[in-house]
Amino acid sequence: MTAQDPMAFATARELSAMLAEGKTSSVELTQYFLERIKANDDHINSVVTLCEEQALASAKAADQRRRDNSHTALTGIPLLHKDIFCTQGIKTTCSSRMLENFVPPYDATVVQKLNEAGTVTLGKTNMDEFAMGSSTETSHFGLTRNPWDTECVPGGSSGGSAAAVAAGFAPLVTGTDTGGSIRQPAALCGITGLKPTYGRVSRLGIVAFASSLDQAGPMTRTVEDAALMLNAMAGHDPLDSTSAARDQEDFSAGLSDSIRGLRIGLPKQYFSSDLNPAIASIVRSALDELVAEGAELVEVDLPLTHHGIATYYVIAPAEASANLSRYDGVRFGHRCDDAEDLTDLYLRSRSEGFGAEVQRRILVGTYALSAGFYDAYFKKAQQVRRLISDDFHRAFQDVDVIAGPAAPGIAFKFGEKAADPINMYMEDVYTLSVNLAGLPGMSVPAGFHAGLPVGLQLIGRAFDESTLLRVGHRFQLRTDWHKATPVINGGAA
Amino acid sequence: MSVSSTDVAQVAALARLKIDDHALDDVTQRFSRILDLVAELQQVDTAGVTPMSNPHDQIQRLRADVVTETDQRDQLQAPAPAVAEGYFLVPRVID
Repeated sequence: MTAQDPMAFATARELSAMLAEGKTSSVELTQYFLERIKANDDHINSVVTLCEEQALASAKAADQRRRDNSHTALTGIPLLHKDIFCTQGIKTTCSSRMLENFVPPYDATVVQKLNEAGTVTLGKTNMDEFAMGSSTETSHFGLTRNPWDTECVPGGSSGGSAAAVAAGFAPLVTGTDTGGSIRQPAALCGITGLKPTYGRVSRLGIVAFASSLDQAGPMTRTVEDAALMLNAMAGHDPLDSTSAARDQEDFSAGLSDSIRGLRIGLPKQYFSSDLNPAIASIVRSALDELVAEGAELVEVDLPLTHHGIATYYVIAPAEASANLSRYDGVRFGHRCDDAEDLTDLYLRSRSEGFGAEVQRRILVGTYALSAGFYDAYFKKAQQVRRLISDDFHRAFQDVDVIAGPAAPGIAFKFGEKAADPINMYMEDVYTLSVNLAGLPGMSVPAGFHAGLPVGLQLIGRAFDESTLLRVGHRFQLRTDWHKATPVINGGAA
Repeated sequence: MSVSSTDVAQVAALARLKIDDHALDDVTQRFSRILDLVAELQQVDTAGVTPMSNPHDQIQRLRADVVTETDQRDQLQAPAPAVAEGYFLVPRVID
């Protein structure tokens, strides 16, 4: 943290206390973060749309709510949304040419709930196109740079969100995670990222990628802030048919409770000789901290771990090919010029609108779902998915939480993994099984290798985010990896 | 290579994607790489395993059959590339 910006790297909880004590106002915070983004984001490119007027209007309303004593803990706190969340009247591009000019007529439920809590939307963050990627290099609007080393990727697909938190552009940022898209960029940028249980957070108004895997969650500096943000994001939504009908929980309650006697499972497949020794050593040191807190480490077996990637790369593209069939150049999105006939309109609108990785996944998904291949690919993958999920359930009979690395390495250089799609897919080797099983997973900063952040992944039982958050918070009470901040533009701010 | 460029062109047609001739070999090669990767699933014994389409095995929820939506045609058509008199415009399909 540089001396001249005490607010940049403050947590939402700290800013909330400042607002409560009258030490600042939401308008002041909003102006501060808008200016900070404008002054420092040219090189990082984490924010694709700034909405200054709306933000200042929301900030004024938030200050009024605080005066009226009708506020929540998050009222007046600036926030950024991944550009996959529909925001009424604000462009929502999914970082695709297809949606370059799309202005949604409604808010995603997550956006609406955070608005109701009183957060102030500063803008939208960059991402891999349609959330397909692990480096944010597939964005139509240019790549995002990792604030820790601007020659490296921030991870993806929520790379803009992770980079924005790391750069001190907002204390709270939304992300989505279909195979690791919150946890892997959180790990690579040294921030906290939580993917909740499938069904915990409404998917309504989130541009769909793979509907049985997609889930939205908080990306923050601390676990404490993630809990606060999840409180506002979670809840049953009758407009999402897969939203879980569960009672509202207070995820901030019990955060500091002891984890003595808690059993933490270490999948032997995650700690095999394939794991980069530097990452392994950092993750093991992090686990030692949890042992010092009274937790017990237990080896568990997830025998189908290595089939997770193959399973995911059938199911996710298959669902994507169905979801992305809606982009037809007729109702919304990109439309080609001078179509000769309807088929030409479809073919050219889609081919011009979608980038290479998106088209690749549509092709694979279409193939896996086509007559003659459905049983061999899609049905087979859905069967292996159940076996992978069963393995987790079996492991959770013996342990409370599963831990391991969030990503196989640190942030890598631009272009390093772009040539071969499989290399990029391997980035999610530790995260995507969690989506297949629908479980909650979180990455917390656990150390540095070669000057770049490494994340510890914690995986919980379905709908047991509370235990995950408690373990993460106890870890952050003992360590200060989450307090480390990169130097932004040589310290100028 | 597990698929030919003809196969890929056919899948592209099904998916309403147009792949330029000069890009077809490259697309086919990457497509094959992915199919080779997912082929390993055939090694897993899945006899008698029920396919999982939802991680919590949820079934489709039904709601009461009552009208809840109001007419929002104008807002919903606002992002459309071409509309007239409340309809979406497409190229002529009937001569």
